[in-house]
Amino acid sequence: MTETKEAQDVVLRLSGITKRFGALTANDAISFSLARGEVVALLGENGAGKTTLMNILFGHYTADEGTVEVFGQPLPPGLPGAALAAGVGMVHQHFTLADNMTVLENILLGTAPLWRPGLGRGGARQRVQQLSRDFGLAVHPDARVATLSVGERQRVEILKALYREARILILDEPTAVLTPQESDALFETLRKAVAQGLSVIFISHKLHEVTAVSSRVLVLRHGRLVGEVATAETDRHQLAELMVGAEITPPAPAEARPGATLLKLEKVSTPARGNRTGLRGIDLELKAGQILGLAGVSGNGQGALADLLSGLETPSAGTMELTGETVTSWSPRDALKARIGRIPEDRHTTGTIADFTLTENAVLERYAQPPIATSGWMDWSAARRAAEQVIETYDVRCPGPETRIRLLSGGNMQKLILGRVLEAQPMIILANQPVRGLDIGAVTYVQERLIAARDAGAAVLLISEDLDEVLTLSDVVRVICEGRLSPEFPRGSKTPAELGQWMAGQGFDDAA
Amino acid sequence: MRLDPIAAPSPARTLGLPALALGATVLVAMGLALIAGADPLATLGLIARGAAGSKFALLETLNRATPLIFTGLAISVAFRARLWNIGAEAQLYAGALVTVVIGTQLGLPGPLALPLMALGAVLAGALVLLGPVLLKTRLGVDEVVTTLLLNFIMALFISYLLEGPLKDPMGMGWPKSPALPRDARLPRIVEGLRLHWGFGLALLSALAVWVMQTRTTLGYEIRATGLNAEAARFAGIPVGRVLVKTALISGGLAALAGFSEVAGLKGNLTADLSPGFGYTGIVVAMLALLHPLGVVVSALFVAGVFVGADSMSRAAGVPTYIADILLATALLFMVLAILLTKVRVVRG
Repeated sequence: MTETKEAQDVVLRLSGITKRFGALTANDAISFSLARGEVVALLGENGAGKTTLMNILFGHYTADEGTVEVFGQPLPPGLPGAALAAGVGMVHQHFTLADNMTVLENILLGTAPLWRPGLGRGGARQRVQQLSRDFGLAVHPDARVATLSVGERQRVEILKALYREARILILDEPTAVLTPQESDALFETLRKAVAQGLSVIFISHKLHEVTAVSSRVLVLRHGRLVGEVATAETDRHQLAELMVGAEITPPAPAEARPGATLLKLEKVSTPARGNRTGLRGIDLELKAGQILGLAGVSGNGQGALADLLSGLETPSAGTMELTGETVTSWSPRDALKARIGRIPEDRHTTGTIADFTLTENAVLERYAQPPIATSGWMDWSAARRAAEQVIETYDVRCPGPETRIRLLSGGNMQKLILGRVLEAQPMIILANQPVRGLDIGAVTYVQERLIAARDAGAAVLLISEDLDEVLTLSDVVRVICEGRLSPEFPRGSKTPAELGQWMAGQGFDDAA
Repeated sequence: MRLDPIAAPSPARTLGLPALALGATVLVAMGLALIAGADPLATLGLIARGAAGSKFALLETLNRATPLIFTGLAISVAFRARLWNIGAEAQLYAGALVTVVIGTQLGLPGPLALPLMALGAVLAGALVLLGPVLLKTRLGVDEVVTTLLLNFIMALFISYLLEGPLKDPMGMGWPKSPALPRDARLPRIVEGLRLHWGFGLALLSALAVWVMQTRTTLGYEIRATGLNAEAARFAGIPVGRVLVKTALISGGLAALAGFSEVAGLKGNLTADLSPGFGYTGIVVAMLALLHPLGVVVSALFVAGVFVGADSMSRAAGVPTYIADILLATALLFMVLAILLTKVRVVRG
């Protein structure tokens, strides 16, 4: 590519962006440019600086050094909205739609006066429909957003950006909430957008998507741009190494030797609570020495099942058996007594108490038993020893056991929870999104520990929205959809696409 | 402008900011004195001397601090568990009422009567808070509303009793209860000095609460429930039961303020027994950052301001409500100081 051509084609240029938060340099002299009609993937672990960079681009933060140019014009720093006006649109991971309004109203929101209903709506509707057709974003303009699926909502977000004539689209972890089929449809849309001269920044940490959709990959690590490679000239392995700065070997569990059934649910239902789906008459068996992976799009009953096993929820119908005995009284304390180890979905609000020290958090599930406490009196030196044991065995990086846990990174927090669970030698382990948001090093560590626990005879229920993770770890896979469970699929018996169909609700016989 | 959380505040921040808050409070006091036409420095000196300048002044301050330590402890125990007990006033009167009833109606000898009066008071206070906490844990009724409204119910109930069944027949028509017999009163700590054992009991209570919070499983449960009830419930802590236990302790402590005022100082029950000790206890607890030993210090400070302002007002002609303004500004500055130890104000 000649220099003059490149200069013409550049639509976005970031030069020497540096942003410091106290001692932490979140972005360190990051420079890159985006050309017309290309998809650039921005790859990096959590905390690598991707979000900070995008916040600077959108004027939420002011960079300490460096400039942003859009279509050759410098963007005024610290002015939210300037990027939008210049033609940059962003689709956030968490959608920003008004549930009680229609698709069209959501798209028009903020662009047209709402107090003059009907005015210009006809033209707007036509434009939205035109955009829908051009980009393959099928969604009915008059549908209420509340009735849409997650994939459809994402399409509305993209339409919103396109309607505002965005020429640069930024997608933040767009596939995190999609089924494989929905992801494929999204990639198709991106290809159409690029063909029409739009440019796309695709933020992700899923390597196979990055290689599937992008033409160039930028890798961020610890706030620096550590790699810029053409997608055609690289592979997943090299990207993963660039991302973490070390060689990666994904866990490869040996053949499972399933033993006795430790937990058995028969026709169990739980009530729906608010927006949360309940369970609808599910049968489930967890066997010793086996990892059962539960795949599914989020919000399909995973929360209810996790709460049930945690002791927070009781069945409204059906029976629950633990090692062959029917459960009659059920609470978190009963679950702990039954030796169910629980790794909760949200380590910040459920798994730990932020303002408690590591010591206090390490004994959270057994503070009332000897040696931590005898007849109501705490033995803090015993608690401290227990914490030190976890810190040492599970490689929790921290200043010491008296540190408040809110100061730890997500990975170290998760290691403490994992240690707390495994030190109690659980018979059944509920691992709900055990590696979400962790960096690759911590992911591998947590996964290997779970496999080791399986090999030691524990029954593991792995709940994850990441199909790759489920397929890597599970001996048996089941899919949850609208509170129902698919049959058991042994390892390797179903392709991701086939599981995707189950995730979308096809194949269930009571398709009510 | 926005607020950025500070992960690990420096000691300079955690100690310096509250000191700054206190300094700012003093400045406001001097400004008020100036407005009232008095010499600011002399006014401050008069308040200090009035609070602790003589043996009499000091004992008066300690006496005034006693009920505030009890109500401050009651509030701090409850607030730690995020149980918003605004009804210490009602619990105090319940304690005072039972103290008077047991002391005057049963005719027991002193050594037997006093412990029974104290125990009865604690039970009565605990019972007054039990209703609101059960409504909260069972039905989700906001305890701020129920405990606050109970204060008025209790005040009217006491008025009714003092005009009716509990009215002192020898009281020349005044609405007051009969007096406790001599031997059913708390003895003085030092004979001849106006300081009774209620103060000793208050100090002991503070120590006991501190030990409870730091050394027992109940204290651990209370702190866990207050900091993150969801995580506490997940970890198997019976959050509802912990709140009930917290309420019983909190109500009992507030009731001891009533017991100590009646049996130690007044000797009988009147409708104006408490000039808002239950509410001032909230200020005391907040100034102490809910620390039980800190409650003793802040109760002494608050009592000192009241007693000192009383005496200053007689000498300098500055109105006594300067004391209320002082406490209010101290509290506001302290709340701001606490906030600023946790967050930093950042531009942009």
